[in-house]
Amino acid sequence: MPENTAHPESPHIEFRDVVKRFGDNTVLNDLNFTVSKGERVTLIGPSGSGKTTILRLVMTLEELTGGYIHVGGEPLQYDEKGGKRLRVDDKQRRRTTTQIGMVFQHFNLFPNMSVLENIIEAPVHVMGLSKAEAVTKAEGLLEKVGMGEKRDFNPSQLSGGQQQRVAIARALAMDPEILLLDEVTSALDPELVGEVLGVLKDIAAETDISMLIVTHEMQFAKEVSDRVMMFDQGSIVEEGKPDLIFSEPENQRTRDFLRAVL
Amino acid sequence: MNPSWWDWDHAFAVFPLLLEGFKITLLATVLGTLIAVVLGLVVAIIRRIAPGIIRTPVTWVVEFIRMTPLVVQLVFANLVLSPYIDSTLAIGIWVLGIHYTTYMAEVYRAGIDSVAKGQWEAATALSLPQSRTWRAVVIPQAIRNTLPALGNYAISMFKETPFFVVIYIPEMVRVAQTYGGDTFRYTESITLAGLIFLAASYPTSLLIRRLEKKLA
Ligand SMILES: Nc1ncnc2c1ncn2[C@@H]1O[C@H](COP(=O)(O)OP(=O)(O)OP(=O)(O)O)[C@@H](O)[C@H]1O
Ligand SMILES: [Mg+2]
Repeated sequence: MPENTAHPESPHIEFRDVVKRFGDNTVLNDLNFTVSKGERVTLIGPSGSGKTTILRLVMTLEELTGGYIHVGGEPLQYDEKGGKRLRVDDKQRRRTTTQIGMVFQHFNLFPNMSVLENIIEAPVHVMGLSKAEAVTKAEGLLEKVGMGEKRDFNPSQLSGGQQQRVAIARALAMDPEILLLDEVTSALDPELVGEVLGVLKDIAAETDISMLIVTHEMQFAKEVSDRVMMFDQGSIVEEGKPDLIFSEPENQRTRDFLRAVL
Repeated sequence: MNPSWWDWDHAFAVFPLLLEGFKITLLATVLGTLIAVVLGLVVAIIRRIAPGIIRTPVTWVVEFIRMTPLVVQLVFANLVLSPYIDSTLAIGIWVLGIHYTTYMAEVYRAGIDSVAKGQWEAATALSLPQSRTWRAVVIPQAIRNTLPALGNYAISMFKETPFFVVIYIPEMVRVAQTYGGDTFRYTESITLAGLIFLAASYPTSLLIRRLEKKLA
């Protein structure tokens, strides 16, 4: 079995002829794109255009219907061998997904664990750190997201913004090379959005984690992204540098969309 | 002092015997609950993750046990097993425990279903192995919601132990009956047995109701 050392020459994430159907609803049809190592790509587009589905496919939360996704040069869900499309087994999938972190719209912290336990769970049971090492690391991360005081709290005792910052720390505790962010501020009260985006901007500035971001916060997208991809009905209708896309979109659908959200 | 239908001498004479029987009742309840709690979870997990070849027969057996009366199961199990197992009490406890396993499995299933989808997804996003996801995330959350139902089934099991009478286990009601048979005085022994049941299950049910409120 090949190790998951990212091949420097290959794209960090590669979608090749990706098809995703739910029943007879084809959400993605022959989608192709790549994300380079360290690149921050923001997906925008109307509701139902397939943005969440793309992230969930990378996190293996959805099963590919057709095509291939490669992460760090390794097949994620399916591999092509001798002209055959073979399912990658769960163990191998997990080996790849340990490099990928995801933050959800609704945080999804484990309510039966304290803040600290949430964060050390995977480092101890997936990466094999000792509890002491994991705790030291978790405390550093909690400090970083401004939650150092709350390590022994239960998630239910925290505000949405605080829970989301813990969820970010939990994802970072796995030292991900790829971070998936799906509308991570959409469930928050407006006054709490800033604290979460602030943390994410810091991470973007201080690390070289590749990021796939879905957000309605266009100012944030502008600041952190290297590239913006506009989706409609499961295809990329336009992509480019954020300055260009936001100021002079070429595609009519992008213009309509941006007019509606800005 | 002594109306003809109630004789304190008999009441005092039978009381210690009843308490001996009560010990067996209690033992059966505790061990039966333990069996139901553990096997119920195993069955619920099998029904959720095992492949069809295992799941189908398990489902079939579970339905069969749940759809037939405990008394019939006691008599049948005793008939079949007594040549191999000396202790009728052990047979009774296993039958009781397995009978309630089928109810507990349903409770656990509901508890497992009540764990939010996002919890499974967060576990996947952290690359937790299936076994760890079950142990650290799903089961603790599922069980929390099952505690009141578990308590109610324990009480219900407690109240069904008198069915052990059909295989002659000397639990409390059988003791009361035997005493009655020997002395031709049933009133005191049966009344006291009923009161002892009440004294044990009523406070327990109050406790469960409080627990329910606390978890709600
Ligand atoms: N589990 C599912 N079962 C069936 N259909 C689904 C499922 N998940 C998504 N879909 C469908 O796939 C399409 C794309 O959904 P997706 O959530 O990816 O859109 P989105 O771009 O993230 O939209 P939004 O901006 O509203 O979040 C929609 O038509 C949706 O109804
Ligand atoms: Mg979405």
